[in-house]
Amino acid sequence: MSEVLTAPLVVEFPFTRSLGPVQSAFLTGLRERCVLGVRATDGRVVVPPVEYDPVTADEIRDLVEVGTGGTVTTWAWNPSPRRGQPLAAPFAWVLVRLDGADTALLHALDAPGPEAVRTGMRVRIRWAAERTGAITDIACFEPAEGDRTVHQPQAHSGEFDDPLTGITTPARLDYTYSPGRAQSRYLQALADHRTIGERCPSCRKVYVPPRGACPTCGVATTTQVEVGPRGTVTTYCIVNIKARNLDIEVPYVYAHIALDGADLALHARIGGIPYDQVRMGLRVEPVWTDGSRYPDHYRPTGEPDADYDSYKELI
Amino acid sequence: MPEPARAAAREPVRGAARDVAVVAFAQSGHVRDSAATSEVEMLLPVLHDVLAQTGLRARDIDFTCSGSSDYLAGRAFSFTMALDGVGAWPPISESHVEMDGAWALYEAWVKILTGEADTALVYAYGKSSSGDVREVLTRQLDPYYVAPLWPDSVALAALQARALIDAGLTDERRPAGTAARRRGGPVRPPGEYVVAPLRTGDCPPVVDGAAAVVLAAGDTARRLTDRPAWIRGLDHRIEAHSLGVRDLTDSPSTRLAAERAGAFERPVDTAELHAPFASQEVVLRRALKLDGPRGAHVRINPSGGALAANPVMAAGLIRIGEAAARIRRGESDRALAHATSGPCLQQNLVAVLEGDPRPGTGGQPEEGQ
Ligand SMILES: [Zn+2]
Repeated sequence: MSEVLTAPLVVEFPFTRSLGPVQSAFLTGLRERCVLGVRATDGRVVVPPVEYDPVTADEIRDLVEVGTGGTVTTWAWNPSPRRGQPLAAPFAWVLVRLDGADTALLHALDAPGPEAVRTGMRVRIRWAAERTGAITDIACFEPAEGDRTVHQPQAHSGEFDDPLTGITTPARLDYTYSPGRAQSRYLQALADHRTIGERCPSCRKVYVPPRGACPTCGVATTTQVEVGPRGTVTTYCIVNIKARNLDIEVPYVYAHIALDGADLALHARIGGIPYDQVRMGLRVEPVWTDGSRYPDHYRPTGEPDADYDSYKELI
Repeated sequence: MPEPARAAAREPVRGAARDVAVVAFAQSGHVRDSAATSEVEMLLPVLHDVLAQTGLRARDIDFTCSGSSDYLAGRAFSFTMALDGVGAWPPISESHVEMDGAWALYEAWVKILTGEADTALVYAYGKSSSGDVREVLTRQLDPYYVAPLWPDSVALAALQARALIDAGLTDERRPAGTAARRRGGPVRPPGEYVVAPLRTGDCPPVVDGAAAVVLAAGDTARRLTDRPAWIRGLDHRIEAHSLGVRDLTDSPSTRLAAERAGAFERPVDTAELHAPFASQEVVLRRALKLDGPRGAHVRINPSGGALAANPVMAAGLIRIGEAAARIRRGESDRALAHATSGPCLQQNLVAVLEGDPRPGTGGQPEEGQ
């Protein structure tokens, strides 16, 4: 039994999102150190503001400015901050009802320890030094016990110079990818310049690359079968546009190849022959480059072309 | 629409109501790290088990619906890989929800109610060990105001736990202890704080796993099993997505779903609650009126619940499966199953399941053994 492969997999993407009028006003406001809420149908002031009423789902636009001080409604002590969180040292997660608001906003509270935090404590916003129009323009909250300011919500037009219309929020998640038993066996054999498929015990078809199950019968495939190395081009296309980070000259041919003994076609690049001479039925074999774990491309074997009937099921 | 000949062979749909039952349930072992197997390799034994219980082959199933998440897998359209396990070629009637499998079961139930299917296979799986599930789950939060702060799933549950403590509904040391005692096991050690007030004993272990259920209508269900677990009601509801708008000590969506599912019409004898965090069980017991005299005869989470094993995306379906299995074994006559999804019990589904009346029991709920 071969060892199961694993590899690090990083999924990283700068999500670009457009903002509606309410979110635009709120995030632009943060850039200007001004916190806006929206008045809901029942008169409550919702902060952070939403575009649709949380109860009735009506569209709401009635913006109001609320205070930058507030009261902790619940909290949790985070002893080991994680990547991306607002503070690097231990901190409290808090829901804060800002003065003049009726709902609470989630953020971090910079406090020396859990004994310094309680529900009902007074806090105020600590603004980030550089603000771009994001929730992180609030660096965190800080204790403000003496503060007893009474803030009445003020009507606000929501208009600012140079309003934001969109935000970019980068996200990264780290995984350990594991292809499982069947694909590990396939990849390990490939590193030895062998191609293995797996036979379905029910319909007897040989799948390559194998995924551990027959997609027709829904049963596990467990018998390994060596296929190829030679095969037949069943269909192909001519690629005329150069892909980024790929140093293959265009035009080139990408083809479906039915390896001898396999019941499913693989796809691979065809080389060693002018692109306009590739044809259905062409017999090909893999070409390995030094140290590679998979064939670089397939080239003609020089054999006569295969009969159409011998591969027509695999197109 | 099915062709007329096939439609004619089906049972007539009686108004909106058609009897639908859970006739089989299977689940995998729950392991910390399933790196040795791909999703479909983990799923196959479970699918074979659940089909074997009914004598059906994958080919005989009218409708297939699955629940899983691309974010757990780190790959787009990850559910298509698992489709190999149900023999998806030639094409089958199939659907997928990017949610816990309990919601896939809801879709399958509706499909059977419409008369378009007599049998359905529902499965769900999650391999959260391949990523960091606390970080992965931040990606389901509001992307404008919340997700950029990366508050992890334990942090949000801890805010809810603190709100419960402040309201006097629990205390800091109680959740893990009560959860363990109810299961008749040793009191689970509270452990270290993960995000206070939650300790390791209050948080679900990160496990990988899969589950599957077969649903069938009316006489088909009676043919496939001796004691079908009839779905008497099924409903799901959602709270406002902003945590600061909600009362975290209550779950009105659970209560409403239970009401619509008929849970309060007669007492239940079993409740399988999907509470990934110990403190959430406090919220659910209150919302479902399982505390006090009304709940005295209810066995809560005889399976051990999500604190024993919480395979993300399958744990809710497992609650329905466990409740149904208890009915099918004759250990319950009327059971409630609950599933949740999202932070702090954001979305909640309630199913009410019943076995046919049995001679000698008078339909009364029995005491837990
Ligand atoms: Zn097969």
